[in-house]
Amino acid sequence: MTKKKAEQPTESSQAAVVLEKPESQLKEMWESLSEDKAAITGLVVITFLALLAIFGPLIMPYDPNFSDMTKSFVQPGAEHWFGTDQLGRDIFSRIIAGTRISLTVGLSAVAISLTVGVVLGSIAGYSGGKTDTIIMRFMDMMLAIPSILLAIAFMAALGKGIDKAVIAIGLVSIPEYARIVRGCILSVKENDYVQAARVIGNKNSRIIFKHILPNVLSSIVVRATLGISTAVLDTAALGFLGLGVQPPAAEWGDMLGRARGFIFTAPYTLIFPGIAITLTVLAFNLLGDGLRDALDPKFRKN
Amino acid sequence: MLLEVNHLKTEFQLKHGTVKAVDDISFSLNKGEILAIVGESGSGKSVTSLSVMGLVQEPGEVTGGEILFKGEDLLKKNKSEMQAIRGDQISMIFQEPMTSLNPVYRIKDQIMESIMTHMKLSKKEAWERAVHMLDIVGIPSPAERAKDYPHQMSGGMRQRVMTAMALSCRPELLIADEPTTALDVTIQAQILDLLYHMREKFNMAVLLITHDLGVVSEAADRVIVMYCGKIVEEADVRTLFEETMHPYTLGLLRSIPRLEDESEEPLYMIKGMVPNPLKMPTGCAFSDRCDKCMDRCRREMPELIERNGHKVRCFLYENEPEEAEKHE
Amino acid sequence: MSEVLVEVKNLAKYFNLESDFFGRPTSVLKAVDDVSFSIHKGEAFGLVGESGCGKTTIGKMLVNLYTPTRGEIVFEGTDLTKLSEEKRRGFCKDIQLIFQDPYASLNPRMTVGDIIAEPIKINKLLPSNEIEKRVTYLLNCVGLANHQRNRYPHEFSGGQRQRVGIARALAVQPKLIVCDEPVSALDVSIQAQVLNLLDELKEEFGLTYLFIAHGLNVVKHISDRVGVMYLGKLVEIAPKKELYSNPLHPYTQALLSAIPFIGPTKSKQRIILTGDVPSPINPPEGCRFCSRCFKKTDACDGYIPELREVSPGHFVSCRLYDET
Repeated sequence: MTKKKAEQPTESSQAAVVLEKPESQLKEMWESLSEDKAAITGLVVITFLALLAIFGPLIMPYDPNFSDMTKSFVQPGAEHWFGTDQLGRDIFSRIIAGTRISLTVGLSAVAISLTVGVVLGSIAGYSGGKTDTIIMRFMDMMLAIPSILLAIAFMAALGKGIDKAVIAIGLVSIPEYARIVRGCILSVKENDYVQAARVIGNKNSRIIFKHILPNVLSSIVVRATLGISTAVLDTAALGFLGLGVQPPAAEWGDMLGRARGFIFTAPYTLIFPGIAITLTVLAFNLLGDGLRDALDPKFRKN
Repeated sequence: MLLEVNHLKTEFQLKHGTVKAVDDISFSLNKGEILAIVGESGSGKSVTSLSVMGLVQEPGEVTGGEILFKGEDLLKKNKSEMQAIRGDQISMIFQEPMTSLNPVYRIKDQIMESIMTHMKLSKKEAWERAVHMLDIVGIPSPAERAKDYPHQMSGGMRQRVMTAMALSCRPELLIADEPTTALDVTIQAQILDLLYHMREKFNMAVLLITHDLGVVSEAADRVIVMYCGKIVEEADVRTLFEETMHPYTLGLLRSIPRLEDESEEPLYMIKGMVPNPLKMPTGCAFSDRCDKCMDRCRREMPELIERNGHKVRCFLYENEPEEAEKHE
Repeated sequence: MSEVLVEVKNLAKYFNLESDFFGRPTSVLKAVDDVSFSIHKGEAFGLVGESGCGKTTIGKMLVNLYTPTRGEIVFEGTDLTKLSEEKRRGFCKDIQLIFQDPYASLNPRMTVGDIIAEPIKINKLLPSNEIEKRVTYLLNCVGLANHQRNRYPHEFSGGQRQRVGIARALAVQPKLIVCDEPVSALDVSIQAQVLNLLDELKEEFGLTYLFIAHGLNVVKHISDRVGVMYLGKLVEIAPKKELYSNPLHPYTQALLSAIPFIGPTKSKQRIILTGDVPSPINPPEGCRFCSRCFKKTDACDGYIPELREVSPGHFVSCRLYDET
């Protein structure tokens, strides 16, 4: 009788444990992130920009490329919220149109550098030895040249155009991803569970994809978020130099570059594209920093 | 009486609730005595030592009780006063001698720094003292080894350096938190031997935190057994091993594989595991795992009762003295 | 005695720490140096030594985590060191490893059920519809409940994680399990549980163990024969009873003496070794225990002891027993 009683509490406490849903790392991360006001602000801004990029054409008051020379340099007001540029195009509509371009270029460029960087970094980190040396020395060579200069060089070789800008921006940031991934893999590789994966007969490729990469994913996500902001900035820089998007497409950097002669007569032609760039870059940086803090247990509260 | 801890409580405020890491414990330590606190992970033994040192970190906090060191309450001291006491009158050595030494400074710089701050000696005197201390803890050719960096030394050597550093200001109380856990058996024997001799040489008290009953039996004078933040048994070392009372202590002793044991029987096991600190059982914390658990054990927490200096927290021993009187 | 399951012959593992310009090694860490022993079917062979003695390196060579520099590992008649990477991987299902650290050896992003099922899937041992059942059975074997399979390693205590590690090793129905200090990271009260579990499983599945530990007391309970290692060399091998009652090598004697006696009296006369284990980088020629040996004589200098059988089944490598 006593024995039976003795066993009951353990049973019920086990049942209680089952009812509790296991807390996933993602959920924990979200909880930590949701306490970070700056990161949430960043996330809200990014969501807003994304919606703008998708549904922008529906709310644009004017065709962003429609030029009405009779209405050039209209001051911001009820008719044209952000005013018009030297060709009489509505700046508000052009900014909205630019959102789509900037985000697309940012995301695609990051996608390129991420894919190539992860593959190269994984190979270098996992195999080590000569392969590692060759890949990483090449990455070092790329890092030795300022990225914007390298991007301009690529553009010069590839020619003008938005698709080429994406490739150029993507290529120049490969070394950063390769380095981070390699570093993470080197530290994760020594873990017992990676060795355990070898002991049970896993092939190398499976070990990398199933056991190593998921555990370095968090650092990659952080880097990619911050990378989008760099890519947006680089796109604007190329646009400013007249190398990126070709007219008449609305691109923030291009808008900035064309308006720079009117900085004193019509400052609003510069201010609004400038704000758009700053806001986007800031939002991605805030989110990236927040993600890093949320993913690093050292910063995590409790 | 050098150190007297009364009703100490240290709690950790976590997202899901409060963990009472140290729950109302009291003990005292005399000059020249080695008191061991034994317990498994989560028993609160390390938090106890950190509380005495004033080193409990967020989200932990000492929430009650007093820690009297030479009659003065350490909990009432401010940061700079505690800093002056730490390393001077109370020193600590840690489990992992690699991480507790700064890798970018030479051994001598680290020892001399603490000597110069606390003892107000000149650089030359501090150097002499540092070499002298390294010599005492058994480091061969100390004047040369003092110029080494921590990574150039083995684990045992580093623990000796830590001990030399801790002893350099002649502390009256040394807190040793698992000093031999990271070391090999033959090196462990050396360090325990060293602690024993240093105690005699400097008449210093040692608070030895460990999970290893072997270490206790080798080095301690008196033993406190902790389980889930509470003291469950306290006795001098001989009594504890000869007349073990608490079922937990008994279980620990029986579950260790012994050299002298010739039987092929399975080892004795304490069933189950330490309860989740956020979901402590209402009664005795050990009740779920105890062989001798009674109904009452699940309902209420037994008090710590004392008999001839042997303290135990268990209902099994509550009525005995009366019965003994009846028999007489 | 039953037949030999695995025989290790003159096994060595060197790590080149530094090389000169032409790639010739200038600094060599001899982790394991010329070690030979054999393990019989159904036996538990204990391998004991302090950190850096090479015991774990031997274990890792058996499970293909390290490639031996020299020597043979003959498993049921096949020399594993001569196989191609592909063929060598095929032996994964025969030799498994239980890790020391239950916190680091489980992938934090996989559920316990997936961790145990993975070796079965990779080695294609069962059709996928039967894996589920097998995992349930394995969880049961190691004393975990089936409803725990969908939880992640961090939700378990150290002892439970070690049980998961054991279930993963059992999943491929191995013949030999290398237990690399499986209890040294666990709490005292949990150690006994895991040791007993390993003992039970050995009977139930007819397993053979290579049980690696740093203390002689843990090994004593579980092993049939014990080998003692020092600085990359085996210094003594003997059946358990013989080794504990009649240790011959001075190092074995010191190791036995260093184990704290648990009890009220401190009467035991202890041998406290002086100094540290010398670095295994460019170790001294001759007897490697010389620098710390309390029985060293002048005759030991430059003498190279061999592992010799001094009584049936009892091997020792020391000059003191070579004179007769």
